[in-house]
Amino acid sequence: MERTWKVGGEQGEGIDSTGEILAKVLNRTGHYIFAYRSFMSLIKGGHTYYKIRIRDRPVHYHGDQLDILLAFDQLTIEMNWSELHDGSLIIYDDSKKGITPKEDKRLALAPIPLTHMAKELGNEIVKNMVACGASAAAMDLSLTTFEPVIEELFAKKGEKVVELNRQALRKGFEYYRENFRERFPLPPRGNKKLALVSGNEMTGLGALLGGCRFLAAYPITPATEIMYWMLRFLPNYGGRVVQAEDEIAACIMAIGANYAGVRAATSTSGPGFSLMQEAIGLAGMTETPLVIIDVQRGGPGTGLPTKTEQSDLNEMLYGSHGEIPRIVLIPSTIEESLHFTFHAFELAEKYQCPVIVGTDLYLGMSKKSSDSLDLSNYQVKRHSMVTQEELDRLEKGEYKRYNLGVENGISPRSIPGQRNGRYVALSNEHDEGDVEIEDPDLRRRMFDKRLRKLAGFDFGPESIEWIGEREGDLLLVCFGSPRVQLEEALDRLLREGRKAGLLILKVVKPFPAVRVKPYLERAKEVLVVENNGTGQLAQLLRQEVGHHDKIKSLLRYDGVPFTVQQIVDAVQGEKEALYHG
Amino acid sequence: MADRNASMQMFRVDARPTWCPGCGDYTVLASLQKAVANLGLQPEEVVLSTGIGCSGKLSQHFGSYGFHGLHGRSLPIAQGVQLANPRLTVIAAGGDGDGYGIGLGHFLHALRRNVNITYIVMDNNIYGLTTGQTSPTSAKGFKSKTSPHGAAENPIRPLYLALSQGASFVAQAFSGDVKEMTEIFEAAIRHKGFSLVNSFSPCVTFNKVNTYDWFKDHLVKLSERPDYRPESHLEALSYIDQFGGLVTGIIFQQEGRRAYHEENLGGEEIMPFDSPVKMSNEEREKILSYYY
Ligand SMILES: Cc1ncc(C[n+]2csc(CCOP(=O)(O)OP(=O)(O)O)c2C)c(N)n1
Ligand code: SF4
Repeated sequence: MERTWKVGGEQGEGIDSTGEILAKVLNRTGHYIFAYRSFMSLIKGGHTYYKIRIRDRPVHYHGDQLDILLAFDQLTIEMNWSELHDGSLIIYDDSKKGITPKEDKRLALAPIPLTHMAKELGNEIVKNMVACGASAAAMDLSLTTFEPVIEELFAKKGEKVVELNRQALRKGFEYYRENFRERFPLPPRGNKKLALVSGNEMTGLGALLGGCRFLAAYPITPATEIMYWMLRFLPNYGGRVVQAEDEIAACIMAIGANYAGVRAATSTSGPGFSLMQEAIGLAGMTETPLVIIDVQRGGPGTGLPTKTEQSDLNEMLYGSHGEIPRIVLIPSTIEESLHFTFHAFELAEKYQCPVIVGTDLYLGMSKKSSDSLDLSNYQVKRHSMVTQEELDRLEKGEYKRYNLGVENGISPRSIPGQRNGRYVALSNEHDEGDVEIEDPDLRRRMFDKRLRKLAGFDFGPESIEWIGEREGDLLLVCFGSPRVQLEEALDRLLREGRKAGLLILKVVKPFPAVRVKPYLERAKEVLVVENNGTGQLAQLLRQEVGHHDKIKSLLRYDGVPFTVQQIVDAVQGEKEALYHG
Repeated sequence: MADRNASMQMFRVDARPTWCPGCGDYTVLASLQKAVANLGLQPEEVVLSTGIGCSGKLSQHFGSYGFHGLHGRSLPIAQGVQLANPRLTVIAAGGDGDGYGIGLGHFLHALRRNVNITYIVMDNNIYGLTTGQTSPTSAKGFKSKTSPHGAAENPIRPLYLALSQGASFVAQAFSGDVKEMTEIFEAAIRHKGFSLVNSFSPCVTFNKVNTYDWFKDHLVKLSERPDYRPESHLEALSYIDQFGGLVTGIIFQQEGRRAYHEENLGGEEIMPFDSPVKMSNEEREKILSYYY
């Protein structure tokens, strides 16, 4: 069982805070929720909404349909009309002229003079709390559950403000109770304590647990929240955050800090990631650990800064000049943002190379209730370093930073401050020590050494995830956030008797071809679902595992996440219209 | 003194520099080796970060830890290192193209942060490594491969730039005067905060205008003007104005200002590399509790 609720209006009308309050209350009362924000690259004006889906079990997607729409303006009704179904409810502000719900669906309407009521209470600002109260009444949610959240949010502004909000909430609640009959009872709640977390927050937490103690970044939507998170938590652990002058500096500062022995990262999105390409080559060449978190958004150029897209894959895989070893990890759920970011720091240090964590706006900025956050297994170790004792045993000048003698290509690193470990990290091709070279044979051997580091790399079973019928005739493939809609689509397909499976790729470089191959071999048909216009993941699959004729693409690149229905439709017949590639 | 020679020796490396005979960069190297030795520093305590250019090769010839990175990017590396481990002595160096061309933005920002770094710009008024193009400090009208009819732009004026943006230490040195250069480097390294040392370091191969002799004829030594006070911003500006920027010595020094790592986080150190990066389960749960 499930419920969906959405509030929409003009940016600046308190849409976000209305959504946040309700999301908090629902999560605290033990409901599994998923909250998605859609917003525009504007501060005031423009349409924005906040949608919450409530379920009796964990939920990863905000849902195709809508039960209750709280509309602050006409545009909200029009923009969200397609999600409403027979029996849905629209709560709208009838103190505003111009809000006129259409009548072609059998909808329930709850006109409430939100603005008037708020003004009567003394401040128009609290109209969102009046609306919140009405929503609570429609969902049979008790008012007392709001108390602690209101206290927390407004305590800083004083008891008067807290009281005003309380009154507004009660007024909306009572008004709805007295005037309208429709009730949308919530799914039963569990008794587990739930954390309400976003992907960006979990990325931050993964970094902290992974030993990150330095973040240099430049603000960019949708990655800035990671910086906020780090600013809040890193200082407690002796860490530092720098707002750099640009992404070039941010990335290179992170390389400098890594060189000095501190685990360091930078976080960014599309255009910022492009600016870092030169530095990625530098980290690869100097064999300095580096973690970059790219929260993908719509491109190219500044593209769709507040919309989700997965079009940086090629840049993550191939970006930068020359050829270097690198690892690219792609979380597919909010919890996995933590898991893979943690591992990014371990791997960067172990392999002394850049590790890119590619999330996206949908994953980064959505919030969900999580009952499975277990942090106890994340322990860091130091990797691939030379100890002071080892250095002391060497003659002066004997230590070779880029030692070719290491079979796995990973030569232990010394850190400034260590005696007898002196070396120069060299961006030019160099010998085993730190002398610039152009000798063809040595060049080839240094190059091979670097590339050898990842020759046998395998992240293990977690490189991919597979759900569904093993001997299915249809294989759905994705990376990153569309997994959430695909999981539900698969569920429906399986219930309808379709033999299908879903393969989620989480490590895309080095590509886990051996793990992926059997699934493609067995499938009759492969549908790769991704949020970009050229099918970058499908191209990668063709390149890495072949089966060109089987692979088709379902692409969405309008900035809007897939719906479950769209995927089911694509599979079930409206193929012509939707298949590409 | 014997001791000092021994420690200067520690900052030498075996490989011979690849600079052209007579290049001003040799003197910068020697002065810097002398300066760190005079300050009693150990090679493992010093990190020298450089960009790309003939000047950028300094890190390869200097016996401390080093990072020879990308063109124009010596300062972001240096800042990362300095903030990661403020106990290190961090020096960044590069050419006028490196520092005032491609890296100008980084220069201004490191300066305004007052990161505790000594930044040495080997200013030869030309691009050396790429074989003689016009640089941001080439004079207007300067003829080179990329300005055959004479440079159309006004040159960057690094001293004005640094002073106007609130640098806490601004100096200028000349490769023809090792003694003064060494003293300036020492003072710059000792200074807590960002120190700019613009060092005239002639390119004997490509720049036939700004030669050693040309500098000798034009440069004015502040140390020969005993009443000069490097605490005065106004005086600094009026001096460099009066002599067209062609002065050497410590031009400005502001003492007592907090460096960036002390402002950002109050000077606490980042967990050093050799201590285990660990977090207790209680701490983990505490972080999670923010989300319930
Ligand atoms: C991004 C990038 N652009 C261009 C270059 C080519 N390049 C190398 S050194 C240099 C100029 C060096 O001039 P300067 O910094 O004045 O140093 P000098 O050689 O004169 O000491 C240039 C343009 C490069 N290495 N990287
Ligand atoms: S080209 Fe000029 S700057 Fe480069 S080494 Fe030769 S003299 Fe020095």
